[in-house]
Amino acid sequence: MSMIEIGNLDVWFGDGHDRVDAVRQASFSVAEGESFGLVGESGSGKSTILRAITGLAPTWSGQITIEGETLTGKARTRKFYKNVQMVFQDPYASLHPRHSVDQVLGETLHLHGFKDIDARVVKLLDDVGLGGRFRFRYPHQLSGGQRQRVAIARALAGEPDILLLDEPTSALDVSVQAEILNLLTDLRDERKLTYVMVSHDLAVVGHMCDRLAVMKDGEIVEVMSVDALRKMEASHPYSQALLKASIAA
Amino acid sequence: MSEVTLRQWLLSDAPTSRRHARLASLYKGWLSFRSNTMAMFGLGILVFLLLVAAFAPLLAPYDPFAQSLSNRLQPIGVEGHLLGTDSLGRDILSRLIYGSRITLYIVALVALIAPVAGLLVGTVAGYVGGWTDTILMRITDIFLAFPRLVLALAFVAALGAGIENAVLAISLTAWPPYARIARAETLTIRSSDYISAIRLQGAGALRIITKHIWPLCVSSLIVRVTLDMAGIILAAAGLGFLGLGAQPPSPEWGAMISEGRRFILDHWWVATVPGLAIFTVSLAFNLLGDGLRDVLDPKDSGQ
Repeated sequence: MSMIEIGNLDVWFGDGHDRVDAVRQASFSVAEGESFGLVGESGSGKSTILRAITGLAPTWSGQITIEGETLTGKARTRKFYKNVQMVFQDPYASLHPRHSVDQVLGETLHLHGFKDIDARVVKLLDDVGLGGRFRFRYPHQLSGGQRQRVAIARALAGEPDILLLDEPTSALDVSVQAEILNLLTDLRDERKLTYVMVSHDLAVVGHMCDRLAVMKDGEIVEVMSVDALRKMEASHPYSQALLKASIAA
Repeated sequence: MSEVTLRQWLLSDAPTSRRHARLASLYKGWLSFRSNTMAMFGLGILVFLLLVAAFAPLLAPYDPFAQSLSNRLQPIGVEGHLLGTDSLGRDILSRLIYGSRITLYIVALVALIAPVAGLLVGTVAGYVGGWTDTILMRITDIFLAFPRLVLALAFVAALGAGIENAVLAISLTAWPPYARIARAETLTIRSSDYISAIRLQGAGALRIITKHIWPLCVSSLIVRVTLDMAGIILAAAGLGFLGLGAQPPSPEWGAMISEGRRFILDHWWVATVPGLAIFTVSLAFNLLGDGLRDVLDPKDSGQ
């Protein structure tokens, strides 16, 4: 069974003359345990697809099915929030400035109905490679990589099956990027997670993903496997150009 | 652990418990507040005012209502009456000391009513949006369009003169700016990633507004309240001066100025002394507000 089925997805912002079509007729599916990449330049609609899935972009049409459940509008069930979680791009913006790490994780666990919150907070911090001494710190006392680890711990708190990663490393410097990517790879192996990862960096997607979709101007121009990517077998001219650019860089 | 002083414990960057973390961040706020001399000066005046109000019966040399017509309009520095006496021979210093209670009472009540009402209206309007926003903000606009003192006058005229009604009238005219600030802050916060993140954990609107938006709005509101406090004291004094606030013989400072107005040319101290008291407290609140802004503004301290 495929975990995520997306068919003819249109997402737009605004009405009438102001209407901007961010995503047009996107279709793809992600199997259980697979890691799927969405690549494309800025403004190509990659992140918007994730926001439509999570209900953060309310105006969409088409079909989104998660674990056999068809979604409508922007309302999502409690089960959806438990099964699907998202890691945001900018760890400096995704943590509440006045909440300590303990508050962030404790509240999330409380919302998912867990009782043994203290033990779980400690375990989550261990799982993402942060020790207990980070537990009562505030975001401004953490580095970018540490913040992103907290954000990942928050996403994992409800023990989801699917993790949506919205450029999780693009705001971090290169050495920290590698640490976070390795952490994500390890967590996926341990917890049998399904990933959808948005990135503009082909190297990152090549490292993390099994298959990928290339997007341009809101449309998916090509879906291919990472093996094909490595062999430079892109068929669409835009994908070829993207590949060349990333090798040159 | 044995050699750690209290100061080191408070400044540790790896707190060991929830209480420790909270105390540490409070202590850091206090340190940055303490380095602001003017704000400490303001705080000092207000603490002094609080102590004076608390111990008024011990400090006041006379009963503030005791009249002595043979002793009326004595100048400053006359023996037994440090700040002179008013037109009924009452000791001005004693009246000033008891009047600090009324001033604090007004300040406390207005500070409890107006910002809370503004915070509620502003955050709900900002977070929910749509029709709710339109209706709430138009009501706010209507209140904002009235001149403040005139609206307060109308309320007092309708409700009857007296200190409680004066407070209510001032609060009713003071909340709209707070609603505006809270809404503007909410609009910038609501689309941020950390609000999206908690929504994705299934949190409802009530939890998001009270636990995630309020803490970020409160600091700018506190700053605004302390800066407005001077205006509120002056408005209360103005209502007292016009005879619509505290009623005689209550030693409210505005009412004292109003009584002294008749003799202002020959016996200037009767109006000037309570005027100086209002000035000092207003200035203290302004200085405190300025210092609090440096400590509490999330844009500075968040990073």
